[in-house]
Amino acid sequence: MNGQAIIRFDHVTKEYDGTAVLDDVSFEMERGKFYTLLGPSGCGKTTILRLIAGFIEPTQGTIYFHGKPMNHVPPNKRQVNTVFQDYALFPHLDVFENVAFGLRVKKMKEADVRQKVKEALRFVNLEGYERRRIQEMSGGQRQRVAIARAIVNEPEVLLLDEPLSALDLKLRTEMQYELRELQRRLGITFIFVTHDQEEALAMSDYIFVLHKGKIQQFGTPKEIYDEPVNRFVADFIGESNILSGRMIADFLVEFAGRQFACVDRGFAPNEPVDVVIRPEDLELAAPEDSQIVIRVDSLLFRGVHYEICGYDENGNEWLVHSTKKAEVGETIGLRFEPEAIHVMRAERRKGDEGWNEHGETGI
Amino acid sequence: MERAWRNWYLIPYAAWLVLFVIAPLVFLVYESFLDIDGQWTLANYEKVLTPIYLKMMAYSFWYALLITLASLLIGYPTAYWLTKTRHKQLWLLLLILPMWVNLLLKVYAFLGLFGTYGLANAFLQAIGVGARQLLFTDFSFVFVSVYIFIPFMVLPIFNALEELPPSLIDAARDLGASGWTTFRRVVFPLTLSGVKAGCQAVFIPALSLFMITRLIAGNRVITLGTAIEQHFLVTQDWGMGATIAVVLMIAMAVIVFLTGSGRKEGSR
Ligand SMILES: Nc1ncnc2c1ncn2[C@@H]1O[C@H](COP(=O)(O)OP(=O)(O)OP(=O)(O)O)[C@@H](O)[C@H]1O
Ligand SMILES: [Mg+2]
Repeated sequence: MNGQAIIRFDHVTKEYDGTAVLDDVSFEMERGKFYTLLGPSGCGKTTILRLIAGFIEPTQGTIYFHGKPMNHVPPNKRQVNTVFQDYALFPHLDVFENVAFGLRVKKMKEADVRQKVKEALRFVNLEGYERRRIQEMSGGQRQRVAIARAIVNEPEVLLLDEPLSALDLKLRTEMQYELRELQRRLGITFIFVTHDQEEALAMSDYIFVLHKGKIQQFGTPKEIYDEPVNRFVADFIGESNILSGRMIADFLVEFAGRQFACVDRGFAPNEPVDVVIRPEDLELAAPEDSQIVIRVDSLLFRGVHYEICGYDENGNEWLVHSTKKAEVGETIGLRFEPEAIHVMRAERRKGDEGWNEHGETGI
Repeated sequence: MERAWRNWYLIPYAAWLVLFVIAPLVFLVYESFLDIDGQWTLANYEKVLTPIYLKMMAYSFWYALLITLASLLIGYPTAYWLTKTRHKQLWLLLLILPMWVNLLLKVYAFLGLFGTYGLANAFLQAIGVGARQLLFTDFSFVFVSVYIFIPFMVLPIFNALEELPPSLIDAARDLGASGWTTFRRVVFPLTLSGVKAGCQAVFIPALSLFMITRLIAGNRVITLGTAIEQHFLVTQDWGMGATIAVVLMIAMAVIVFLTGSGRKEGSR
């Protein structure tokens, strides 16, 4: 569309032995933004990165860099660097030589190589590790070497394939901040792959939610969290209550055997819908003063809140996050605001497969 | 009890080792200090250091080196191609198959092929080069040796290539390396253990070749292997033959020691 897009996928399909792993995917990415590809294992995240890096070619469709078709350009001719899922560090080279690899290939002067590698290692807090062998580095350190090895080449786009998955929680949170910081300082486009929705929400400018080779939704973390377009996204992006219902009219929806005021409109009268209510949007109240009445089935203390699970009179399961405690077997009421109700078009289900075409945003 | 039983199992192997490896070695070393009349002497070792034998040694090394190099130059690309093809198992089998055929049989086959009226000369004539003396040349000697040794070069290199994680090649390409640079800086260094193992497996037996030297090279090429054979079977100077064998074995041990035992270094 405009000249701003650094990467564009135009109806890209990738098949292996006749099975589409990516199915007619189109999108654009801008310079200097942090994008996340989010989805369950096997949904095609790595495949998208490999297409961008140039290790594989699309079966159909075209990939553009700065408006130029790039399908047949080999990886070494692309201004793109990758942090691999398994790091792919060279075991026969030490830390310094791993990071210097790209610079040496470009035949950069020795003094400049030293300077740049030093800077890159400082960036990832690995000063003093220059002469270590890769085998002597921990998982977290290896991954930082992999990041240094990529950014030292000053690529226009950095691809990161689940780089944090091997780290413990503390280091992981730390690295999330560092990566975000790094992206801001470098001002280059990051394409980050993860299957951890919290990580995606915390780090990204934009998120692509993928499922079975299709983009389910594209948007900012807030949009994805607040306005999931279908059951899959709502479910994947966080714990939620998802109920089947019916849109009576604009601003009026029916589910769990009752009608509720809501803020959604633009559906056909009586159109079947899925309704999402986040557990933290539910408030405990006296049964007579509430919209839904449930019988508490189980209770878990989660530190910040209690996780209450119960069933209403129609047998729907309800998950509530509350700072107030309830007793198992007790009957309690739930209250929520009209804004807490997110209405989505229901997917036509063929068995359990296939999400409907509304579920996809072509962008 | 357990342990005792386990040790019993070792007896056949231990007996084999003592009877057929250690005893002959001791005997060989002992023999090398005897002259042709069975008297104690150091003369054999003095003789080994004379120009005749030194030259023979140099020749042996030179030909072994040539054979190893040629095997490597043909073997590496073959192994590389093997890892890429679809029917790996089939090709691998075809490669290994000739290893099961007796050495002598293969050599006789080449006598036919390379003979004056053999297939090779018929081909040369057909393409207009004309018939040549092929047998009893350095070329045919190296050619046949390479043919026989090539599986020993290909297999370890093939294994090393198979063990190489493909993501490392992607990584090198990703960092801007061309296909050739990727090979030079990543693939080759990481398969060096296989190359070493292959070179050892070819160089060391090539040092002591004797059958091929006589049949194919018509004793034009006199290597240490030939010399040993001649001393034991023709001149009956067992002492001298044993001395050359001892020197050869020491040389082999030194080579194995210097090049490392193939594994552990390099990958991982
Ligand atoms: N070379 C290949 N040949 C055949 N199928 C492949 C190949 N590479 C990937 N696939 C298939 O494509 C699908 C998507 O793979 P991909 O690696 O993109 O998944 P992913 O989203 O990165 O998953 P994960 O989170 O597990 O890394 C998988 O079903 C996988 O089996
Ligand atoms: Mg993956």
